[in-house]
Parts: sequence; structure tokens; C-alpha cells
Amino acid sequence: MTLVDLARPVRLSTDRPLCVAILAMGGQGGGVLSDWIVAMAEAEGWAAQSTSVPGVAQRTGATIYYIEMLPEKAGRRPIFALMPTPGDVDVVLAAEFMEAGRSMMRGLVTPDRTVLIASTHRAFAVQEKEKPGNGIADPNAVFAAAGIAAKRIIGFDMQALAEQNGTVISATLFGALAGAAVLPFRRDAYENAIRVGGKGAEPSLRGFAAGFSGVTQKPLDDIPAPPPKVAPAPVATGYAALDALLDRIARELPPEAQDLARAGVERLVDYQDVAYANEYLDRLAPFLALDRQCGGDTKSFALTVQAAKYLAVGMSYDDVIRVADLKTRASRFDRVHREVGAKGDQIVIMTEFMHPRMEEVLGSLPRRLGQALEARPRLVKALDRVVNRGRRVRTATIFWFLGLYIVSGLKAFRRGTLRHEREMAHVAHWLDVVTATAPRDYDLAVEALACRRLVKGYSDTHARGLSKFDRVLAEVGFLTGRADSAAWLRRLKEAALADEKGAALDGALATMRSAYV
Amino acid sequence: MAERSFASEVQDLKLGAGDVFRGEGILAITKALLQSGVSYVGGYQGSPISHLMDVLADAKDVLDDLGVHFESSASEAAAAAMLSASVMYPVRGAVTWKSTAGTNVAADALSNLSSGGVKGGALIILGEDYGEGSSIMQERSHAFAMKSQMWLLDPRPNLECMVKAVEDGFELSEASNTPVMMQVRVRGCHVHGQFVAKDNKRPTFTLKDALENPKRDLGRIVLPPAAYTHENEKLENRWPAAVAFIKAQKLNEHFGPDVGEIGLIIQGGLYNNVMRALQFLGLADVYGETTVPIYVMNVTYPMVDDEVVAFCLGKTAVIMIEEGQPEYIEHTLHTLLRRRDINTKVSGKDLLPQGGEYTAPVLVKGLAAFIETHAPLLLGNRPPVPSAAMVLADPAIKALAAVVPARPAGFCIGCPERPIFAAMKLVEEELGIHHVSADIGCHLFSILPPFNIGATTMGYGLGPASASAFNVPAKKRPISIMGDGGFWHNGLATSVGNAVFNKHDGVIMVVDNFYSAATGGQDILSSRADNPGRLTNNSIVAAVKGIGATWVRQIDRTYDVARMRDTLRDALSSKDKGPKIIVASSECMLNKQRRIRPLIAKAIKDGKRMVREKFGVDEDVCTGDHACIRLSGCPSLSVKETSDPLRDDPVAAIDQTCVGCGNCGEVAEAAVLCPSFYRADIISNPTRVDRLLARVRGAVIGHLQRRRAARRTVFAAEMSS
Repeated sequence: MTLVDLARPVRLSTDRPLCVAILAMGGQGGGVLSDWIVAMAEAEGWAAQSTSVPGVAQRTGATIYYIEMLPEKAGRRPIFALMPTPGDVDVVLAAEFMEAGRSMMRGLVTPDRTVLIASTHRAFAVQEKEKPGNGIADPNAVFAAAGIAAKRIIGFDMQALAEQNGTVISATLFGALAGAAVLPFRRDAYENAIRVGGKGAEPSLRGFAAGFSGVTQKPLDDIPAPPPKVAPAPVATGYAALDALLDRIARELPPEAQDLARAGVERLVDYQDVAYANEYLDRLAPFLALDRQCGGDTKSFALTVQAAKYLAVGMSYDDVIRVADLKTRASRFDRVHREVGAKGDQIVIMTEFMHPRMEEVLGSLPRRLGQALEARPRLVKALDRVVNRGRRVRTATIFWFLGLYIVSGLKAFRRGTLRHEREMAHVAHWLDVVTATAPRDYDLAVEALACRRLVKGYSDTHARGLSKFDRVLAEVGFLTGRADSAAWLRRLKEAALADEKGAALDGALATMRSAYV
Repeated sequence: MAERSFASEVQDLKLGAGDVFRGEGILAITKALLQSGVSYVGGYQGSPISHLMDVLADAKDVLDDLGVHFESSASEAAAAAMLSASVMYPVRGAVTWKSTAGTNVAADALSNLSSGGVKGGALIILGEDYGEGSSIMQERSHAFAMKSQMWLLDPRPNLECMVKAVEDGFELSEASNTPVMMQVRVRGCHVHGQFVAKDNKRPTFTLKDALENPKRDLGRIVLPPAAYTHENEKLENRWPAAVAFIKAQKLNEHFGPDVGEIGLIIQGGLYNNVMRALQFLGLADVYGETTVPIYVMNVTYPMVDDEVVAFCLGKTAVIMIEEGQPEYIEHTLHTLLRRRDINTKVSGKDLLPQGGEYTAPVLVKGLAAFIETHAPLLLGNRPPVPSAAMVLADPAIKALAAVVPARPAGFCIGCPERPIFAAMKLVEEELGIHHVSADIGCHLFSILPPFNIGATTMGYGLGPASASAFNVPAKKRPISIMGDGGFWHNGLATSVGNAVFNKHDGVIMVVDNFYSAATGGQDILSSRADNPGRLTNNSIVAAVKGIGATWVRQIDRTYDVARMRDTLRDALSSKDKGPKIIVASSECMLNKQRRIRPLIAKAIKDGKRMVREKFGVDEDVCTGDHACIRLSGCPSLSVKETSDPLRDDPVAAIDQTCVGCGNCGEVAEAAVLCPSFYRADIISNPTRVDRLLARVRGAVIGHLQRRRAARRTVFAAEMSS
């Protein structure tokens, strides 16, 4: 208790503590990091305090750990706050890139004071992952904001560094904090704090060193971008049939469309055979002619480019033959071994989770037979009871492998199957719409091609995608020739990808109608 | 078995006089109990006081040494009732829980306890879960103190003050024959600091002494006419005794000059933030020096009228800084000054927000307005106050709102509750959406994306009870959910018993994960682990059958999504009347991993054959629809972008954190999603049979693969990988 003598004027110190905020998610070791910082400060003779609300972080949520530190003065311990004050934080450590964004939204990063140390890796939130399309948030927005909000930015992939060193991100972040030299402590003070912590000290020290040198080598790395789309290079393969395909592409198609056409040809050869790929190029040719007619040469042949992409997608629909083929390849066995990190004398046995239904069986039958069966719904239903159940397919055993191997061998008969006929009819209808639209509304026709993106998945998911595709494509007629028609079709497609049930699509359709009243 | 081991924290409990304790606030409080000669401790775990329970549960040797009885109470009501040991006997007891949730549960016992009063010190440590990060309704424990006349401590949030408050609390309780509550805010519980320890004290009068020399006094029992006498005792004896003790022991504190134009009256728990706000305004420094008088109420109930009056006299205005609502203390202050006809102006919630946490920025705003009105000269040259306003107004920062995703808490990797809700979603698709009454526990995360299941939550173990009105003929049955924690806390009688007795026709899903998982993985009655200090392995199924339930299904592997779905469908369509109870059991994955990981590592090291399961996605089979994620939400099931120019959307991917629970494969199969998922059984230290089998398989499969590859026309090697 302090009772100040009235005669003595009060002299207030202007000291302020160093304030550090850590934004992390559950399991990232935010608590450990905060303990290290406090232990280090105390070992160096400072007073320090940390607080947190761990209950929130423990189950994958985002939380803030907050630390203040300042030496005692004349035996008086500083009074530390329990929460960060916006505009008064010296260091923000963000254990994930969107968490760095959150720290800025909360005003914890200000240009006069705050060093922002952020890992640039992403751990996607549920709302980003659950979208039927691409819901991944744009990291560039966080990057741009950091340039404005932070006094200094240190950013690189500290998660990858941690994994390389067999530790968790708290260690690399701690290293980056030391490397940033914002706190008045020597490197060995940091390392001592890790050593005193005991358990797992060795990997933590390795991670620490990696984080430290990350700052000295390249304090601000580029944001990890999605992998670039790579089309096969136009180089001779040594196989006459394949080189002939490449030659056709080079001769027949404009340069803009060649990359995608090569990707298309490659996929279709892999999917079926060389003849199928030639058929693809045959079907592409009229689009180029149409494109030229419509003045596509002034629009970078957008119609041909999109047709090259989505026709290949449409022709390589996902069927049981394809799945069996992909699942039985030697390269796939190797990849699984790699992905699960099997090493040495470990044995890996794969099990697939399959659920065939009678629909798939019918689709794989010769067209006539399939149709004949389909005409007897009661028989189909009875058979479905036998077929329709979850199957654990142990691909690494001879029995199951042989089964899949035989199914994949049906490829030779694929073009005679009921499924193929249906798929091709659907593709033909789609292409007819595009062909009819292009002369009247070029941009809309290009967008109509891109609607193929909506068709994906298997069984019910596939049916749902198909119905969204049909609903969106049905609007092409209505939109043809209207202002902003292409933009509206794109909006409809994006809405269809925003949620599973198509609620956003319903909304977008209603808005579109009202816009054209 | 709690989520983590507290062995090192237990060592801190053994510190003696002069040793420096370094650690968390709630652990300092735990140590303070032992220094105060406590005889018994009980409570119910929950953030932010779980660690008190966890450490004591691990500290059997320390407690045995001191002769302290510790109990993991079945509920807060059980814990509060435990304090009745201090009614007739001079033994000190302490209990703890999360408040106000737990205080609500305990209220019956607390009312009885405080009516009759206590002889030995009775201390209730309340983890006041209010403000950011709270998981409960935003209310104040203060109301309970007032309605039952229990005293309420709210010490300054540093370890020394919290420890002192525990010691003072017991003395205050004994001096006034009244149970004392001590509230500690979330950040106060988790604040890391230090204090100089004292020796632990053995109780002088033990529970054994009490049991062997029983006493009774009709006057302590709440029944007329004693109940009326109690009210008089409270008002005429206990209250004045408490006030006298608080004054004499100077439990409340003064800071700053002893005279001034204005003054601050604050709750002790807000002291640090108030000091920071004053520092920003140039009226205090970081070492606690200040130019404005502050009266700190480390005891927020009862108010010590004389101290408050003395503080207000001669001041133009005071501001009452009181977090939460309603502003009970401010009301009392107004009444006091009016009655004494003192014309000092009183500010408080007129300048400060009605609700929410009083952070430094909030306090700066309120205090600036107060001082501006009543003593503007104090503000001097008005140093700039830290602010992020400029930055926050920038379009680039504002744009973040549309980009940065919310990240609420959710089910852990491999959580066995996820498949239960995946199955519920599948049933929803078949039979339509149902009314679902949720409960308290990890399973409440079902209300969030991607599951979006659950309409209400009424309290711990009250899920099925909250569906009880829906017992009318209808085309759909109500579904209610309850965890094993809630089941034993309250649910067996209040929810299941109620449903059986009233012939409720709904479906009750009991989510059994072998622990009180949400509060930190403590053991409960039905835990499957053997716990030397407790009786575990008591079956939930036997319990519900014991009180008359007949339609009961036990599912011992929740990951069997198809079975979960079929059982739920049966329950919803069964012709049987009365509650349909499904007990869905699988071990909490967080705890399971902590338990088995070291065992597996050791077994592999010892050369034993071990099979580890891991899941993966064949990215060339995945079409990027993400339906699997919408039925799962597992943190290890994520998405990744591909380099294939023919693909627009990212594909599903499983990262290295996968624990191989199998949910994604089961869901893909049960929901007929897609064949992309695979499980890899990785056999370490394979036996000779394993190796032989692998060689034969490898030879046959390799031959077929080479045969196929030779016939395939391929562009390049990278094509296939």
C-alpha cells in the first residue's frame, strides 16, 4: 500500500513493458512458446508475466497468448496487464498466416511499434475446406495488410522448417523471435530456456536454429503460392503415335490453346488410348473454325482454349474402370508408401473404401444389355441389394488386386458401355449449346464451356453436380445477347460451387431474374 | 487420467517457507489451500479451474502426508454439499468450479449452507468464466453472494494477492461463520507469476476427530423456526462480524494520494487493467505509482460502508469500476451515499460499457470521460494514448474481414464424436431434419460447421430433459444428445429418469468417450481405465437399464458410421414407446493418443510387431467436391491445390497429423461418396509370415503391373505419379 506524502510531488516513471502477443491454434505449442519466453526473461533477471485462455485453443480454435516483461525497479515489481492493448504491442508472433491477418484485424499490429513475425504457411479453416469449389482465402490480402500495419515483417514457412527438424512450430517461431533481435536477450538466453524446459529439447533446439537462420537469410519469403499449373512440354516422346498427336496440336491449334490441348491429349491417352485422344482433337477442330468465324483471333482464341480444357475433362469422366486403373498402378503403390512415410522393412497394406451400386454395374455393361436390364426396375432393385454395400478392398492382396485389375481391363470395352453413351450424349448437348451460342454471344459461350467444372464427384455427389450443371446451362438461352451475360453465367457457376445444396445458386438465379426485369 | 500429467506441478505443492513458487495463478491458489491447513477439498472440473482439480488428483502422496481429503465431486452440487462438514466442526474446506454455470448447479446446497452458517472456514473458489474466450452464458457470481449473504473476494490478479486472499478467506469465514466465495477471472487463473511460499499446514482438528466425536445442533438446520433465526443471525451477527474483520485486517486497499478531487473505486480483479489505463492517461506508472486515489475492493461483497464513505468524503466525484452486469456494487454505493446524504457524484456504467470485459482500451475511454468532466487539469499535457484506429481504418486492413476465416473450436483429429454426427447427417438426408436438443461438452461442437446439428443447450446433463416437452404424437421424434460427463453429472436422473418416468418417446444419444473430455480428460464413473483412487468401469447401459429404460443400444465403435446410421434410423422409426437410448462409445482420441503413443513407440523399439493405420487420398481419383469434408471437418483432412492444368478446384488431402481413426473412409463408404480414400496399414517389425506374404504378393502384383505398363502408351514418367 502506498500513501503518498502530499508534500512530495509524485514522480511517475515513463518505463513501459515489452509486450508480446502470440496468435496460435490448438496443438501448435503456443503455451510452450509463451513459457519459454517467460522463463528466458526471468532467467535474465526480468520480471515477466504471461496469460492465455487455453480452453479455447485446446480444441483446434484460435487463441492469443500474451506476455509482458520489464525488470523490477528498486525492488518494485511492475504491474502487468492481462490482455494486449491495440497499438501497444511490440511483437506479434503468428503461428499461421491467417492468424497474422487476425492479429491485424484486432489492431495488435501498428506501424509505430510492432514487429510482425508470421509463419506464411496455411492451415485451412473448415469454412475454406467445405466449399464444393475453391474456398481457400487469399493470402495476398494478409500480405498487403501487413505491409501497412507492421513496422517490420518477418515471414517464412516456419511450419515446414519445424517439420524438417522433427519439431513443432513453437520452436521455429522462438528461433525467428531470437533472430529478429527485438528483445534485449542474447541467443544463448533463448537456447537455455529450451534446455531448461527439458523434454524434447534437442529437436526444439534444431527447430530454433532453423528459425533463427531463417531470419538472417531471408526474413521475408514469398507467400507459398499454389503449385503452378504444368502442361506437358512439346518434346518428342519417341513413340510415333504420341508424337503424331503432338504434331497435330502444333499444326492445327493456335499457340494459346496448345498447352491445354497437350494436357488434354496426355490425360485421354492415359484414360483410354491414342485413338481416343485423336477423337478429342477431331472434336476440337470445329471449335477452332467457329472461333475464327466469331473473331476469336482478337480474343486470344478463348473459345478454343476453354474447349481444349473442358472437352478433355468431359471425355475423361470418372468411372469404375478409371478408378480401378488408377488404384492398381505400380506408381500409385510407390506414392502411397511415400505419403504414409513407410521406411525400412515396414510393410504397407492398402485398403480402399468402395461402395459400388447397381448404377455403376449397369453403366459398365454393354449399352444394349445395360438398357435391357434398366427396363426391369424390380430386377435391378433385387440385384442392387446384393451389390450395394461398402466394400473394403485390400488392394495389396492378390485376390482383391486381381479383381480391380480385371475391372481396369474393361477399358478395352469402355466405348461400348452404357455409361459412355450417356456421358457422350451429355457432352454433345453441352457442346451444341456452346456452338449455337458462340456466334451470338461469344463471351457467354466461353463461360458455358467452363460450366463443366460443376460436374464432379461420384454417385450422389456426381448427380448433384450434374443437376447444378444442367440448371446453370439451362440459363444460357435466357442470357444470350443480354448485357453482362457472361458475367452472370460466371456468377451462377460460382454460386453453384459455394454450397452443397445449391441454396446460393437459388439466390443467384433469383437475383439474376430481378436484374433483368 | 487427465489430459496431461501434473507431476512437476505436484512438486511445487511441496515447497516450504521461503521457497519461490513460479507458475500459474490457479496452482498458486492450490498451494495456498495447503498452506492454510485445509482438511478437505472437492469440486467439479471446468475451465478455468480444472488444473486445481487435476493437480490435487495427481498429488495423493502430498495430501496423504497432510491428512487432506480430496474428492472429484460428481457435480458442483455435490461439492457444495461437501462443505457441510464445516457446519458443526472446526475444519477448513474448499471447493471449486466454473462459475456461474457451476454455481447455478450448486445453488441449492449453497443456500442451505449459508443459511445455517459454518464453524470451520468454508471457501468456494469460483473460476469466473466471463469475457473473451468464455464458453458459458455471461453472468456474474456476485448475485449469488448477495442473495445468500456469502462474502465475495475478488483479489488483485497477481499470485501474492490471490494466495493471501485464500488465507484471508478462511479467516473471514471463521470470524463471521459464513461461507466465503473467491472469484478468479480466466486470465487470473492462467496468469504466470510468482510468490514466496510458506510451509504446508496439517489441520489441527481432523475429519477423523469429527467422525469419532459427532455433534449436532438443531439451530443449524434450515427448518422453521431456525430458518428465521438464521436470517437474523446473518443481519445482526455475521454481517457486522465480517465487516469488522475486513476493516481490521485491511483486506481492501488504498493506492495513490490519500486526498484528491476524484477517486476510483474498483474491483480487485480489475486492478492491473485499471493501472494500465491510468498509465496510458499519464496518471500512473508501471510500478504502481499513481496520482489519483484508488480504493481497491478485494472484498466486493459486503461493502464496508465506513471505508467507502471515508473515501468519498471530500471528493467531487468517484467512479465505480465494476465489470459485468447488473452493476450491483454501484447500486449499493448510490444507496449508501444517499442514505448518508453525501453529495459526491458517482459515475460508473454511465461512462463505461454495461457489459463485456473491462480491457485497458475500454477503461481508458471511460476514465478519460470521467476525469475530463470532474478534474480536467489532472490530464496535464495529455500524452497520446496507444491506438490502432488509424491502421484499422485503412482499406487494406478492413479488407481482411472478408478474407480471414473464423476459426472456432472444433472436434480434434480422430475424434470419435465426429462419426456420430456424420451418421446423424446421413439420417437427416434420409428422414429429414429433426429437432435436436444438445448438451454441454465437446459434442456441442456439432452445432458449428460442417455439421450444423443442435438447436438448444440448457445445461450439463440436461439435453434429453430439454426435449421433454416434445413428447406428443408427431411424424418425427425429437433427438437429444448428452455426453458421458453430463450423464453422470446430472443426466441419469434428470434426463434419463425423467424420460423413462414420463414415457418420453424421443431418442437419446449418449456420447461416451470414457472421460470428462471437454474439461481436460478427467476420469468419471464409466471411464474404462483402472484408477487406483476411484471406482471406474461402471456401465452407462447398466445404469439406464437400472432405472427402467428398455430400448437401449450400445455401439462400442463409433467409427462404424454405417452402424451408427442404421441404429439411429431404427431408433427414429421403432414402434417401441419410451425413450430410445443409444450409447455410442469410443475413447476420446486426444487422451487415447497420449495413452498409447509412448506404448507403441516402446513396442516398436523392442522389436514387437505393430500395425499403425494411416489414411490418405488418391488425388487423381478425388474430384475436388469436398463432400467428405462436409461430413467430417477433421483438422487432418484438408485440401491442396494441384498442378494439373485441367483441374480448377483443390483436391482433398490428409496430412501427417492423421491418427488413422478411419472416420473418413467409413464416411466415404457409408455415404457412398467416392473411392478416393485409402487406409494404409503400416506393419513395423513384420514377422516372417508377414514378410513371406509380402514377397509373394509383391511378385504376383508386380508381374501384373509390369504387364499392364508394358501395354500402356504413356507420355512421360511424371504422368503416372
